[in-house]
Amino acid sequence: MTKRVTIDPVTRIEGHLRVDVEVNGGKVTKAWSSGQMWRGVENILIGRDPRDAWAITQRICGVCTTVHAICSVRAVEDALKLEIPVNAQYIRNMIITAHNLHDSIVHFYHLSALDWVDVVSALQADPDKASALAESLSPWNRNGKHEFRKIKEKLAGFVKTGQLGIFTNGYWGHPAMKLPPEVNLIAVAHYLQALEIQRYASKIVSVLGSKSPHIQNVAVGGVANPLAVDSQSVLTVERLLAVKEWIEKLDEFVKQVYLPDVAVVGAHYPEWTKIGRGIVEYLSVPDLPLDGKGTQFALPGGYIQNADISTFKPITQFGDKYFEAGVSEAVKHAWYSYKDGDKATLHPYKGETTPNYTDFQDDGKYSWLKSPTFYGKPAQVGPLARMLAMLAAGHEPTKKYATLALDTVSSLAKTKIGLDAMHSTIGRHASRAVVACVQVDELAHQWDLLLANMGKGDLKTFNKPTFPKGEIAGVGFHEAPRGVLSHWVVIDDGKIKNYQCVVPTTWNAGPRNEKDVSGAYEACLLDNPVADPEKPLEVLRTVHSFDPCLACAVHVVDKENDQVVKVKAA
Amino acid sequence: MNSALHAPRIAVLGVGNILLTDEGIGVRVIEALQSRYRLPDHVLVLDGGTAGMELLEPLEGLDALIIADAVRVGQPPGSVVLLQGDEVPAFFRTKISPHQIGLSDLLAALELTEQAPKHVSLIGLQPVSLDTGMALTAEAEARVPEMLALVVAELAKAGVMAEPVAGEHA
Repeated sequence: MTKRVTIDPVTRIEGHLRVDVEVNGGKVTKAWSSGQMWRGVENILIGRDPRDAWAITQRICGVCTTVHAICSVRAVEDALKLEIPVNAQYIRNMIITAHNLHDSIVHFYHLSALDWVDVVSALQADPDKASALAESLSPWNRNGKHEFRKIKEKLAGFVKTGQLGIFTNGYWGHPAMKLPPEVNLIAVAHYLQALEIQRYASKIVSVLGSKSPHIQNVAVGGVANPLAVDSQSVLTVERLLAVKEWIEKLDEFVKQVYLPDVAVVGAHYPEWTKIGRGIVEYLSVPDLPLDGKGTQFALPGGYIQNADISTFKPITQFGDKYFEAGVSEAVKHAWYSYKDGDKATLHPYKGETTPNYTDFQDDGKYSWLKSPTFYGKPAQVGPLARMLAMLAAGHEPTKKYATLALDTVSSLAKTKIGLDAMHSTIGRHASRAVVACVQVDELAHQWDLLLANMGKGDLKTFNKPTFPKGEIAGVGFHEAPRGVLSHWVVIDDGKIKNYQCVVPTTWNAGPRNEKDVSGAYEACLLDNPVADPEKPLEVLRTVHSFDPCLACAVHVVDKENDQVVKVKAA
Repeated sequence: MNSALHAPRIAVLGVGNILLTDEGIGVRVIEALQSRYRLPDHVLVLDGGTAGMELLEPLEGLDALIIADAVRVGQPPGSVVLLQGDEVPAFFRTKISPHQIGLSDLLAALELTEQAPKHVSLIGLQPVSLDTGMALTAEAEARVPEMLALVVAELAKAGVMAEPVAGEHA
């Protein structure tokens, strides 16, 4: 018997993603991923000053503010072929890495860990045993017996008073929950510690970005942070020294807690290395530019086909022609219409944002997301794509942390786990942790570069843009926490003529394309087990592994009375 | 007057998405507060946009948190509501604010870390429109003074006198 399961909304924070699956014989046989909000930011931007676009686009979403700000100025700078001061790159790079670390920590501990961790089971744990296990895996100084006893008491208090708060929506006692009570207790302790640690990443973004959550320091042509070695009112060495301390706190947590925790979870869920493979064409872009033009980057990116890293084709610079020419979007299954009809695909410079809402039609239109493709094929984007590209490019730090993660899982699982295991639901979590280790090193590195350059007397942070008469176009790309983000701008006589944002969650959560080929979410859900269609935890695991952020991916917020799960027999 | 050392910690938080017309009412009320009133240093005025966990630190250990937001309460569009104390977290749990999930998670996280505000109040507006656009509807715009007066009244309850900037009327 086939059962139709609708999950709406899927996310714990930014809602408005709906996933429908047909379940037959305990497995997903058909899947639909649907964005339930319409996003019209592109239409707001038309006719405006390109220098203001970043401040508007960063309001698309509460989770990814900085990423849209940075991507937008990059697009306008690309259109102008404007070089920016290296100090501006270093400051932007630090904001990028700090934001990414914030996102990864919050995603794993606060938004998705509860798919794997049974909080209530932690009450059965022996805190001393939990401490012994945690201390065997990591030198982290907050894995002691006293800490775990305290956390268990605290948790018991919450459960007793019914104040589970943030934990309320978990699938406690679900048959797919497999962690021993001690591991669950460790995870709860680290969940609470992560709430403290994530603040250091936010603080870095606020100090460098002059304000949080919406940064104010970005400008077309650089950043608006005046640098100084002595003055009080600007970004001083003293403030930068505080940033350095916060970087060290993040470094400790990411390497001593986050990476080992992901390895422990992975080792207890070996079957999840074979689930959620889906689309194995991977797209990422290089990021953290080291020169003013964006021709050298600290982190490589590019395109990989068929899960084979030997096919890696690098994307090498801002405005890269191979990237620029490869992206197009279809609307056959999306609630838009193109002037040229449903079969058409449009390059983002020619992109159209004309809504055409039908109902949810299984074989027709069913989403507010468009379907992006890279040279005609859907691609998976995100930390897994990023890690694979960096491995393919021979990036040593990535190799080091990927090997460490796989070795830790292998020793805990007592079986050899290789790189192939990463093409999976659990692999996306592992990749995010590996990339977080790489990023925290890079955050420290960018700090060093900035200080060294300031030491040479270079305090420049801004090159003034001038807009020519006539039409110019540019693309800005950025390897955001959820994957490749690109902003595409056409400017005519200094005013925005067209603007399109192709966001990571559109790549991953897009509907079937013009050739009826599924996007990454839909493809990754096929064959996903579902033990109990009333409690489709396994489906959530796969979708959450992408860190869905639909506020920016989808195109108004209006879904009253959302049901967490609707089950329809079909 | 309290000395600066012992001044209560108070935050006024405006939340919402300014790209979706009335969804951005919370942010617009905060902007009006900042331009029309002078506030003492111990009052933090925060444009929270649609953010989540980034707001955890500034909201820790507050004596009073005053939130301005768009809400869906089944009242006629343009209605202004004031919720107090325990009504606020309960309100967000029933998921009526368009971006309630971020705020409810935030308030729950503050409970978990034992940093929850001692008093919370919410000044809400039932939106007239959530269409794409950066300006409020005329109906919502007309309610800003009323919402602002409620914010100022909540501040007064918390012991803060908001002083109108010259040329503005309270």
